[in-house]
Amino acid sequence: MTDTQWPIFEVFHQQARGEPHVHVGSIHAPDAEMAIILAKEQYCRRQACVNIWVVPASAITATLYTDDDIFERATDKSYRESWGYKTPKHVAMPHGDSPAQVAESDSEVKHM
Amino acid sequence: MVIAVDNEKTASMSDVDPRLSAFEARINRGEKIEPADWMPDDYRQQLIRLIHVHANSEICGALPEGKWIPHAPTFKRKLALVAKVQDEVGHGQLLYRAAETLGPSREQMIEDLISGKSKFSNVFHYPAESWADVAIIAWLIDAAAIINQTMMAEGSYGPYARALKRICYEEAFHMKHGYEMCVVLAGGTRVQRDMLQDALNRWWTPIMMFHGPSDKESKHTTQLVKWKVKLKTNDEQRQQFLRQFVPKMLDLRLKIPDKSLRYDSATETWRYDDPDWNEFKKVVNNGGPVSHERVEARRLAHVDGLWVREALTAHANRQPIPMPERN
Repeated sequence: MTDTQWPIFEVFHQQARGEPHVHVGSIHAPDAEMAIILAKEQYCRRQACVNIWVVPASAITATLYTDDDIFERATDKSYRESWGYKTPKHVAMPHGDSPAQVAESDSEVKHM
Repeated sequence: MVIAVDNEKTASMSDVDPRLSAFEARINRGEKIEPADWMPDDYRQQLIRLIHVHANSEICGALPEGKWIPHAPTFKRKLALVAKVQDEVGHGQLLYRAAETLGPSREQMIEDLISGKSKFSNVFHYPAESWADVAIIAWLIDAAAIINQTMMAEGSYGPYARALKRICYEEAFHMKHGYEMCVVLAGGTRVQRDMLQDALNRWWTPIMMFHGPSDKESKHTTQLVKWKVKLKTNDEQRQQFLRQFVPKMLDLRLKIPDKSLRYDSATETWRYDDPDWNEFKKVVNNGGPVSHERVEARRLAHVDGLWVREALTAHANRQPIPMPERN
């Protein structure tokens, strides 16, 4: 018997429009068309589902857990985060002619 | 004592593979092991054995209930039973996929089930003789299975744990429906009540055997618990089942066919007549009342489905028909 070992397709379902497609598992199928039919039977019997993706497992490239040091942060990455920046709660700007005076004294601000 | 060793390198007691200690440390931290991770060969083989038997059991479990679909007493019961049987077969497929991540192919596992090389759960080696059997199976066997599977869903192997989460969610309806059926029969006519009692009388011992040999006899348990393949021993699961379901059975005025069954408040455990584990071993080695009928039904389904699989493969491999050129 060599007639049941079809290729593997990974299955992603979307529970509502606007939501992301989420990986739910995988199935064997002879082609993508049949994979959709089987994926619907296997993974959409109960919960809401508005869309399915099937992807040949062979098309997926993944990182290795043994290489997980590639995800380690070698340096401080706080500059990539909103919490890495400090702003005062209340900003009090001077009134009247004062901004111009400040600007004149600061060459960098002058161009703004 | 079991020392797990890698295939390439034999470790002695004093020279334990450093990968093994890293592996065990990860399990102790509650991390999941994924297919590409290093794992001791013994862990892999035990998981393959467990998941393969579990998958086979889902497939064979569909057979006694499937037989009753044409005889369901009402349309609602028929719908529920069709849905349950479809779920069981779907669970079998989910589990074969989980086992495949450890090495064996689905094809090989299906072949091993048909040739009698691999086992399935003891309870599916018995016939479902009456409609009340369907009710008892759906209530109590699914309940026992849920106790086992919710435990295994917390286990250390990622693909198996993920499949079990989905399976447990779906089986909740099986058990509730089974309980409803039992409540209806227990509150019905004398004939219905007798039918339910008769079903329990026949199923009690197989159900008591369901979680496997007692801890005294179970050779795999210690290692499996250490590696979080199992989180409770067979006896602990059996106690949990008795704690949850004996009171419910008594509420239905059912008589439990074990005269020695009693609650020991000192140890907070149920005492029961320990099943005959030689009988259990005989049954799971395809020596049960309908073992051959089950395997044969599976073989016939596989043979009868051949033309469908051939048609699907031919469709997938079809060549586009060239269009004639038009002038």
